[in-house]
Amino acid sequence: MSFLVGENMTCGYGKSCIIHDCTITADLGEIVVVVGPNGAGKSTAMKAIFGMLSLVRGKILLNETDISELKPQERVLCGMGFVPQTSNIFASMTVEENLEMGAFIREDDVSETLQQVFELFPILRDKRYQLAGELSGGQRQQVAVGRALMTEPKVLILDEPTAGVSPIVMDDLFERITEVARSGIAVLMVEQNAKQALSIADKGYVLVQGRNAYSDTGEALMANEEVRRTFLGG
Amino acid sequence: MDDFLNASVIIANFILIPGLAYGSQLALGALGVTLVFSVLRFSNIAHGETMAAGAMFTLLFTWWFKSMSISIEPFPTAILALPFATVLAACLCLITDVSIYRYYRKVKAEPAIYIIVSVGVMFVYSGFIRFLIGPNDRQMSDGQRFLFKAREFKNLTGLNEGLAIKTSQVISISSAFVAVGVLFWFLKHTRTGKSMRAFSDNEDLALLSGINPERVVLVCWIITAILATLAGSLYGLDKSFRPFVFMQLLLPIFAAAIVGGFGNPVGAIVGGFIIAFSELFVTFAYKRVLTYILPESLAPNSLTQFLSTDYKIAVSFVILVLVLLIKPKGIFSQENS
Repeated sequence: MSFLVGENMTCGYGKSCIIHDCTITADLGEIVVVVGPNGAGKSTAMKAIFGMLSLVRGKILLNETDISELKPQERVLCGMGFVPQTSNIFASMTVEENLEMGAFIREDDVSETLQQVFELFPILRDKRYQLAGELSGGQRQQVAVGRALMTEPKVLILDEPTAGVSPIVMDDLFERITEVARSGIAVLMVEQNAKQALSIADKGYVLVQGRNAYSDTGEALMANEEVRRTFLGG
Repeated sequence: MDDFLNASVIIANFILIPGLAYGSQLALGALGVTLVFSVLRFSNIAHGETMAAGAMFTLLFTWWFKSMSISIEPFPTAILALPFATVLAACLCLITDVSIYRYYRKVKAEPAIYIIVSVGVMFVYSGFIRFLIGPNDRQMSDGQRFLFKAREFKNLTGLNEGLAIKTSQVISISSAFVAVGVLFWFLKHTRTGKSMRAFSDNEDLALLSGINPERVVLVCWIITAILATLAGSLYGLDKSFRPFVFMQLLLPIFAAAIVGGFGNPVGAIVGGFIIAFSELFVTFAYKRVLTYILPESLAPNSLTQFLSTDYKIAVSFVILVLVLLIKPKGIFSQENS
């Protein structure tokens, strides 16, 4: 069984369900990418896995423990990290303070983790005393990912980490994310830039109207004629 | 030369020193309003009455200490009473929060509803204050009234005009200085302070980071109570304690907070001084100053006052309107309207 399992998830906002019987799994050290057309429920699925929405049906298992009833904060303690799509940094605080706040839940010494994050994102070390709100889009995303890494999560959930950044910065970000996964973390991300994301993915899910349409390895999905025609634009 | 010195002494005596003292009191009040606004996200109309309650507690403790003949001459007994009053004021704020505001936080009420709620809280507070201590004018200060008397200054310098410095003024300025310093240090360097800034900056992300909102709110109310008690007691020490005055003080305090940009602590402090000095500059009678500076033929017969002191409150209102028209986000905002 996979380390993180979102099994037959059905949920939504209010009474209407956005995702139906959706299953997403991720293993340690693996990059799992969720793609699909706009409004397919990709972000909703991420929120459901992180506990920001309560499930109507289905369950979430982390390391074979049912965590469906836990609040998001409690899931952070269990080893999950989440990077929201928008307003994912403390804009009026310095980069270092952002990272410190990321580790707020931890009682132990965080300086080692801080160094690890700085090694992963060297630009953050240079700008550690600068306000996060003054950074460029790509650097902000690095702060956001760095903040989530400060709790030393086992599972990192990213909601469109490359939204609004230039192609070069995007390649760079994907490279970092691959590094994060290689350090033994399960990375689960939603992406608009489906081709690039699937090319680094170990596993991909295509969601259509809140349901699993295709799931396979990243390469296989890229090679799949129908997926290519419908979602990847040829 | 003497004439010029005499004129400057008048300005210092009637505008500079009282302005600094009044400005410090307004700054402390505006800081409290700003803090509640940035952490709890509403304009706390009850802040003026919180100050009144704090001042009342200080006064009650002062009386109690006096009845036991405890004093800290030459300082006013109120200084000794302040820490105890702060504890009571914090309890009052926390009881209000648990019994009233917590519910509105839970149902995620609109800011407008919060404001109405705080208006209600204001009326309850002011009723509570009148019930406990009555509406009368009370003296809060005792001990040595002047640090430096006008006559001493005249004898020392040989000038016609005297410069008096009241103990309460020195206490106002210095304690505001210390309080602001401690507050900024707290927000910048402590874990709790940083978590408050994080919560104020991005509530959702703060929750994701495991910051406990109830704890942030608790600390916010305690600091607000400290600032309000300090501001109210200093104002009472400097002038006198009259419960209804604090409702009038609400306008200059909000004006100060808005002039500096709502939610900006540095702005609140600067705004406090801007409002205080404008009030004094506009309502001061310049006759004596002009008599010294101008040649005898030009000396004014009238008081040469821009506005009667009765319109003091209107000054903050005018500044408020001007700032909202020209720079609606406060003078410290980067963007222009």
